[in-house]
Amino acid sequence: MAYSEKVIDHYNEPRNVGSLDKSDANVGTGLVGAPECGDVMKLQIQVNPKTNEIVDAKFKTFGCGSAIASSSLATEWVKGKSIDQAMSIQNTEIVEELSLPPVKIHCSVLAEDAIKAAISDYKSRKED
Amino acid sequence: MKLPIYLDYNATTPVDPKVVETMMPFFTESFGNAASRNHSFGWQVEKVVEDARESIGKAIGAGGKEIVFTSGATESDNLAILGVANFYQKKGKHIITSPIEHKAVIDPCHALEQQGYEITFLDVEKNGCIDLNQLADSIRDDTILVSLMAGNNEIGTLNPLKEIGEITREKGVLFHTDATQGVGKIPIDVEEMKIDLLSMSAHKMYGPKGIGALYVRRKKPRVRLSPIMFGGGHERGMRSGTLNVTGIVGFAKALELSMDEMASEAERLTGLRQRLFERLTSELDYIFLNGHPTERLPNNLNLSFGYVEGESLMMGVSELAVSSGSACTSASLEPSYVLRALGVGDDLAHSSIRFGMGRFTTVEEVDYAAEQMISAVKRLREMSPLYEMVQEGVDLSTVKWSSH
Repeated sequence: MAYSEKVIDHYNEPRNVGSLDKSDANVGTGLVGAPECGDVMKLQIQVNPKTNEIVDAKFKTFGCGSAIASSSLATEWVKGKSIDQAMSIQNTEIVEELSLPPVKIHCSVLAEDAIKAAISDYKSRKED
Repeated sequence: MKLPIYLDYNATTPVDPKVVETMMPFFTESFGNAASRNHSFGWQVEKVVEDARESIGKAIGAGGKEIVFTSGATESDNLAILGVANFYQKKGKHIITSPIEHKAVIDPCHALEQQGYEITFLDVEKNGCIDLNQLADSIRDDTILVSLMAGNNEIGTLNPLKEIGEITREKGVLFHTDATQGVGKIPIDVEEMKIDLLSMSAHKMYGPKGIGALYVRRKKPRVRLSPIMFGGGHERGMRSGTLNVTGIVGFAKALELSMDEMASEAERLTGLRQRLFERLTSELDYIFLNGHPTERLPNNLNLSFGYVEGESLMMGVSELAVSSGSACTSASLEPSYVLRALGVGDDLAHSSIRFGMGRFTTVEEVDYAAEQMISAVKRLREMSPLYEMVQEGVDLSTVKWSSH
């Protein structure tokens, strides 16, 4: 299978690989997927509680090149956005940006889920 | 050293230049139809085909008349299974095989199930071995065929052909083996191993694609087959179709070359396989060997690199041509059915890479491959949430995953 240039670029130079401090109250962590399915994404956001702006994002992904690229792109996109804006990111936008073939659409779905899971984790921790 | 490096010899092999040379005259000069009985063009190639038949038969301890040329091992497997099933259906409709056979064996068996045949799939151990006692116990009065491969194409595990042959012969059941990965690589003798039908393919042994053969025993016992292809009655009625003379000539030459150096080549490839394994395991943790550690094809190494997904790993070693059991590399989006049948977890099946070494593989290439693999695995583990969790002491089996 031929990969798009953008997928290869993200695979070769993934943006924002790493981890944020899970215990920090301003950090939200999303862990989605399953090892048996062949992809697991961990996406973390650090939020400024005063402005609700996502000031930093990190990811780690176990998965194919398209899964790595989708999560790398997701961290790029959420940075600088408010959590409401980040919530509205659609997987179809990721598909379009990375020119993912139909068999790789689930990678983009997983990346969208990861963003939502991270935001929901951040919000639930704020409520506690 | 020329890049990229081909390490997928279990998938196919390049045609040896000596083989190409042997084939050339049969495209343009000696182009006759071997079935043309009334002119010299036909006689000339008929003789060449008969010599090739003898030589191919001899390599497996058979006679030339017992070799039926086909388009390859898929056709040979289909002919053996469907042909035997149809011819012997009055005797019984029970066939025994294993769940890690090639699809060219499994799928015809499933097709027969639809027609009222019963198939027993033997259990396989984690290393790919079958239990001979279970095989013996599974044979019934209505069993007509046992089909078990010589060497597994994915994980390399060898079946004990001689022991299987003892059992099937004693019980009066036909024994077919798909020896596509075995012929020319490991010693195979249809007499000594009491094999009744054997599939082979030229392109796995530095011959051309599109030519293979089915060995069909002629005596003690004489094996009968119903054809699956009808037409001119070629190959004693078992396989109609104009003979692929260039392919046959190339096949015979390729097998001859493989037999000439089989012992030394097996030793060399085993050494390379061991070298690759040791290099990788000395630098990387969480490597799991798939298949049997010693009872395996000399040229096959199948490893799971824990916490790294196979397709992304292959992307990271773009100068290496290897294959993976990861779902992402298959059209079906399912991980390897062979690894699944062995009880290798789906997570490790997704992480598997098959290395196939061959005639043109060098030590230098193996060392380069090891280096590339090590750096790609390390890099991907740096970005693997699973590896991070394991390092933190998390037991991944206790995590509640959100499957999708």
